[in-house]
Amino acid sequence: MRFELRDITKRFGAVVANDEISLAVEEGEILCLLGENGAGKSTLMNLLFGATRPDAGELAIDGHVVEFHSPQDAIGAGIGMVHQHFALVPTLTVAENVALGDEPAGWLGWLDRRRAAADVRRLSEEYGLAVQPDTLVGDLSVGLQQRVEIIKALRRDAQLLILDEPTAVLTPQESERLFSVMRRLRDSGRSVIFISHKLREVRSVADRIVVIRRGRVVGAPARDATESELASMMVGRPVDLRVAERTAVPGATVLQLDGVAVGDGAGIELEVRAGEIVALAGVQGNGQSEIVDLLIGRRRPVGGAIELRGDDITRCSTREILARGVGYVPEDRGRDGLIGDLSVTENLILDTYHAAPFSSRGHLKLGRIAENADTLMRQFDIRAESAASAAGTLSGGNAQKLVLARELSRALILLIAVEPTRGLDIGSVEFVRTRVLQARAQGTGVVLVSSDLDEIVALADRIAVLYRGAIVGIVPPGVPRAQLGLMMAGASAAEAVEAAA
Amino acid sequence: MSRAAARPMRVGATGLRSAGDGVVTLLAVVLAFAVGALVIAVSDDAVLESWGDVASNPLGAIEETVATVADAYWALLKGAILDPDGGSLQAVLSPLSETVVTATPLMLSGLAVTLAFRAGLFNIGGQGQAVVGAAGAAFVGFHFNLAPGVHLAAALAAGIVAGGIWGAVPGWLKGRTGAHEVITTIMLNYVATILIVYLLTHEIFRREGRADAISPLVRPDARLPELLGGDLRLHAGLFVALAAAAGVGWLLSRTTAGFELRATGLNLRAAQTAGIRPARVYVSAMAMSGGLAGLAGATQMLGTDFTLTPGVAGGLGFAGISVALLGRATVGGTVAASFLFGGLQAGGIQMQASTGTPVDLVTIIQGLIVLFIAAPLLVRSVFRLRTADGPPVAASTARGWS
Repeated sequence: MRFELRDITKRFGAVVANDEISLAVEEGEILCLLGENGAGKSTLMNLLFGATRPDAGELAIDGHVVEFHSPQDAIGAGIGMVHQHFALVPTLTVAENVALGDEPAGWLGWLDRRRAAADVRRLSEEYGLAVQPDTLVGDLSVGLQQRVEIIKALRRDAQLLILDEPTAVLTPQESERLFSVMRRLRDSGRSVIFISHKLREVRSVADRIVVIRRGRVVGAPARDATESELASMMVGRPVDLRVAERTAVPGATVLQLDGVAVGDGAGIELEVRAGEIVALAGVQGNGQSEIVDLLIGRRRPVGGAIELRGDDITRCSTREILARGVGYVPEDRGRDGLIGDLSVTENLILDTYHAAPFSSRGHLKLGRIAENADTLMRQFDIRAESAASAAGTLSGGNAQKLVLARELSRALILLIAVEPTRGLDIGSVEFVRTRVLQARAQGTGVVLVSSDLDEIVALADRIAVLYRGAIVGIVPPGVPRAQLGLMMAGASAAEAVEAAA
Repeated sequence: MSRAAARPMRVGATGLRSAGDGVVTLLAVVLAFAVGALVIAVSDDAVLESWGDVASNPLGAIEETVATVADAYWALLKGAILDPDGGSLQAVLSPLSETVVTATPLMLSGLAVTLAFRAGLFNIGGQGQAVVGAAGAAFVGFHFNLAPGVHLAAALAAGIVAGGIWGAVPGWLKGRTGAHEVITTIMLNYVATILIVYLLTHEIFRREGRADAISPLVRPDARLPELLGGDLRLHAGLFVALAAAAGVGWLLSRTTAGFELRATGLNLRAAQTAGIRPARVYVSAMAMSGGLAGLAGATQMLGTDFTLTPGVAGGLGFAGISVALLGRATVGGTVAASFLFGGLQAGGIQMQASTGTPVDLVTIIQGLIVLFIAAPLLVRSVFRLRTADGPPVAASTARGWS
């Protein structure tokens, strides 16, 4: 089947999310939709999936105009979508989840479990998905949960499968397996739309690439276009993704983790020196957030000690730790990094308001606070309507700049940056990385937590790979990706070298 | 919906919502009065009778209805602001004086709820805090004999301290054990009410020569001075309340304590990440909130009641919740709302006296206002306002429960 979007326009208030976009995906094709966050990819796919309706334009299948009033209509027409956040019930089995919403009815309308399980087994075999129907979804890894979502779509006979940033939660190996599933789907005559902003992936899996920028289709580059060509098209100006020379001059130890244990994990030994970036690499949920919580005093270790420049900070409060010169850029800006309903100005003093020069004896010094906002907004190029705008109205890139500006405006011994560039446009990614490198150059030790291997390889001086709350190995950034990927799946450094070879 | 697509929408929604907040509040009041008119009509015998003959005299029925409603609301308005037919200046001003007298403790108990809201806490315990505040003020007021001025200050302070302690306990419990403040404050309301009954059985709280539960009268030195004299009850509590409002505004916008309080209320996780200790904020916010409610009880005691009875500060704390809701948890809004509610109450009594419409109508209207504010979607659909994407429930109310 051929799915077509014709002159689609969608506005949200004054923002034009899609501006007369025309797009078609052919039978047996993997179409990659490439664009920065906020370019309008997801909006477009939600329109195609019937979750929202276009203000102008039409959808067509095999040349016939169709109208979707809900995702149900789209599913009926043969469209399936796998969202970034899965819609699965963890306490139900795979088969039950797959059947949910369209249960095969048996006698008296009861759920026909056998048929549901058989459906799962058949589809799993056909596309090499290796999913067992009787497993509880809650026991599955994220990669397998994603496959359950795919099976769900396939069981409703989806001819077009839309995958919205499916690799964001996967290890490199899992991503590769997903790509081979996508190819099998294509070879069986189905169509796939793959949404991503990861250039490497797009180049490896796409039959055709369409780039969207600011709600418009700006080009259809050839499959063998270089990464910087793709990036430039995405951003609309030349970009250099390589970060400048690696000139770490590590100094004295600033952070020392001595057999620090989280939960029942093994003790963690880690040392970060001044002027070096140590990356904690790993698939999400392997202990990163627990370690970070320990470092900023939000959680106490079961055992071991944390030392900052030789001082034991294991039992210090968050305030004390921050005051000792630790900067923290949290993973979820909106939840941990800033307060959306407070102004940009207020957010810029969120962890410094209690000290000079912003307050004295409990009184806020509004003049100094406003000056501070002025300076930082200029220095860090934070674009807001005004300093009084609510921080929640900032774009992702500007919100992250706000957090960085606040943290880097203090004298830091240690900077903890968690997924500092996730969800940012390429311009902001460059900016954030440059600032992190500047901090390193000024002698700050940096702990970089990231699940993005590209980022880790671009920034880190040493990489500590985490698996199930423990460090499986510490390696230099030059190691092959395949080896890193294997370590992220639990192999020790030695095993990974062997397996990768 | 992915985050990328949600972002532009959110901007739009926030814009619409904040622009519509004031409008929705105003329309909620209008709508409440409209429904109130209906209640007046159906509870009036003459109106019902005229509708019984609606076939023979349709115009008469409509006229009767409109006249009845108009009379009632006119009486309400006269009773709340000025009585042009009063004769003497005192009588003309009397409604305004009564409105302000009623509004004074409401303003304080409303501020108590507003302050807690801003810290993300839903203080349902204003009632209990006001009761112990009134008791504290009364005790200092009748038991001791201090110098003029000092005596009043001491009595007011006793109210603040008693209410503050009553509020701090739920704050401490929440910070320490996570016990939800809604539950603990409600429970402490009962404890406070029964505590007063118990206190009034004690010799020290009994009025000489009285067998019933009533305390001695507060000594004149400890009373809030009357401002106009004569029959007008307007007293200096108004200035106490306005000063408290200014103080709360100053605290929230100009102090580090206020900054911590707002940050905690708006985003607990981000506040923690920035090194703020929520447990401390909860205790201090609830202590201040309780102190304000206690002061509400104290002004009621020292300005109008002068004696402690089991029914002290009746409904004051709960009315404060309505006032804060109507004021959208802002200081200015709360002050304005307290005058509206004060006017309604003072006017309602006048309305009952002159037109026979029961004063309960006022309670109905107050309830409806809060109901409509809590259901902005309903108001928007009644008046066909454009709805923003997502449920635009008043943020302050929603947060208290989270």
